[in-house]
Amino acid sequence: MISWSPGIFNYLIVVFLMMSGFYVVIAQGNLIKKLVGLGLFQTSVFILYISIGYIAGGQAPIITDEVADYYSSPLPHVLILTAIVVGVATTSVGLALVVRIHEAYGSVEEDEIHARDWADDNALMEAELEVIAADNRAAESGNESKGNDNKGKDNRQADNHSENETTSKEEGMQ
Amino acid sequence: MTFWDHLPVLVVIVPLLAGPVCVLVERPRAAWAVALAASWVSFAMAVVLAVQVHASGAISYELGGWEPPWGIEYRIDTLGSYVLLFVTAIAALVMVAAKSSVEREVPEALIARFYAALMLAFAGLAGIVATGDAFNVFVFLEISSLSSYALISMGRDRRALTSAFDYLVMGTIGATFILIGIGFLYMMTGTLNMQDLAERLPEVSETRTVRAGFAFLTVGIGLKLAMFPLHLWLPNAYTYAPSVVTAFLAATATKVAVYVLLRFMLDVFGLDFSLGRMPLEYILLPVGVIGILSASLVAIYQGDVKRLLAYSSVAQIGYMLVGIGLASTTGITGAILHLFNHALMKGALFLALAAVAYRLGSTALHDMKGLGRRMPWTMLAIVVGGLSLVGVPATVGFISKWYLVLAALEQGLWPLALLILLGSVLAVIYIWKLVEVAYLSKPQEGSSEIPVQEAPLSMLAPLWVLVIANIYFGIHTDVSVGLARQAAIVFTGGAG
Repeated sequence: MISWSPGIFNYLIVVFLMMSGFYVVIAQGNLIKKLVGLGLFQTSVFILYISIGYIAGGQAPIITDEVADYYSSPLPHVLILTAIVVGVATTSVGLALVVRIHEAYGSVEEDEIHARDWADDNALMEAELEVIAADNRAAESGNESKGNDNKGKDNRQADNHSENETTSKEEGMQ
Repeated sequence: MTFWDHLPVLVVIVPLLAGPVCVLVERPRAAWAVALAASWVSFAMAVVLAVQVHASGAISYELGGWEPPWGIEYRIDTLGSYVLLFVTAIAALVMVAAKSSVEREVPEALIARFYAALMLAFAGLAGIVATGDAFNVFVFLEISSLSSYALISMGRDRRALTSAFDYLVMGTIGATFILIGIGFLYMMTGTLNMQDLAERLPEVSETRTVRAGFAFLTVGIGLKLAMFPLHLWLPNAYTYAPSVVTAFLAATATKVAVYVLLRFMLDVFGLDFSLGRMPLEYILLPVGVIGILSASLVAIYQGDVKRLLAYSSVAQIGYMLVGIGLASTTGITGAILHLFNHALMKGALFLALAAVAYRLGSTALHDMKGLGRRMPWTMLAIVVGGLSLVGVPATVGFISKWYLVLAALEQGLWPLALLILLGSVLAVIYIWKLVEVAYLSKPQEGSSEIPVQEAPLSMLAPLWVLVIANIYFGIHTDVSVGLARQAAIVFTGGAG
């Protein structure tokens, strides 16, 4: 029989672990370290649940001939088994993603990954700007040249003509 | 017990089992057929359940024959049947469109596993809605989240990987917060059954433990539903995920998270506690309004249509939060209606984008120049969905915004009503950008070597079913408003 009562000691540990894990998730730029922090964060909750089930002086809830005064509640322990499975699954999915990220980027450092994404974005934007610039240049040279096999320009000239006509008509009316 | 009595659990188990079957059959077509069959069977069962609930009230199912509150209870009430119905309907429709889109966007070797993950995500979402057990909510939430991370990472861009990782970190923190909150409630009441919790919580509601539990649950669920300052995972995840995944998640995942919020805040804690003694309305209203305005503003400046609509999703979630924050029957009716209606709009819009991505290979705004002439049916669907998003009369968007504005005016909060309308004006701007590019710009000359055709019928048909639903439920409001009001009255006890 355990006579020592943990009091709020367990809960202090829980808070400490939880905040450490949370801090690591936020502060670390390395994806693996982030997952370690996440694991710590989740583990603290496991201890919280296990502490809930504990009753000072409680026995394991096994039916025997001797009847104990108190039993520890087994339900939180069972619940947390499920949560541990979820935690393991999360960590493995996370690690699998990190492997894929390493394959795709060649790095697991957040700042390097962002730098590579930025570089991609800039390259894309420059390519687009170049296309636009080329379009503009083509349009300009099209305007300058007097070739008449360009349908669009013919239309434009026709428009100009009609505009001229309307203005001259208006002048005439005045 | 007959077969029909097992429907509440079968609606979850069928897709859950379909997942591993998809992996086992391995061939892409066969896996798709399994997923399609499972989602349609689930949909049929959800229809039967909705009819049963309508006829004889909430259904309680004892899992494994263990009586609640000791055993796990599956409980489907009016709101649950309503949410289950649209989640399964969207899944069934998306699955029809998935075949062509997935063949184009996901490597062939991964297709079977893709459908497996999609089925697991679907099972998780259905489970969250069906269960009446608080811990079960956490487990199903993680089932659906873990499979969503995998689904998002299958996008073609390598940024899909980093956005899936970010979502994993944020989603896990959210889920762990929910777990802590449930732990605190269990600590004080010794029960996990939601009905039982609702009965026992008032006795201990003045303790700090319950208040802390409430706070953890609010933040945790807020992360999952992309409440305004916690929404950072959403735009990237929606942008880089395969189109079908975006359509499915945008229409269901955040909606189910809103459902969880409603369940916990209004059912488990009760309206008096959540909005009376705890200052939830002072959090939900400002967060909702800031979410609406800032996300809509950001949406206007996006160059990628998928990302634009993702930001718009964050804004729409703001509307739902405002509705809940108003804490009146009309407000909650509006929130539930918007839940349903937004699923229809975003389902239609993202499916249309899936069709665009299928033909163009891109959803960038400048690639969609002149698309109105090349893919008339798809673009028309985007326009109708966009109008619905704006809230034009005769579309569903109008109905829910009408109720939200009405609820704000009921309480004399006319500035809030104005802000809601301002959100709609911002929506006009970003939808107009789309319309302008698609209908008024000339097609790009370089890209017209291969003439872009209309999307295949297998994508257009489910898309137009959703578009027609957008219009149908905008005109025939009896069913949707009736159900939403009935569910809202259960929460508020008919007050207000």
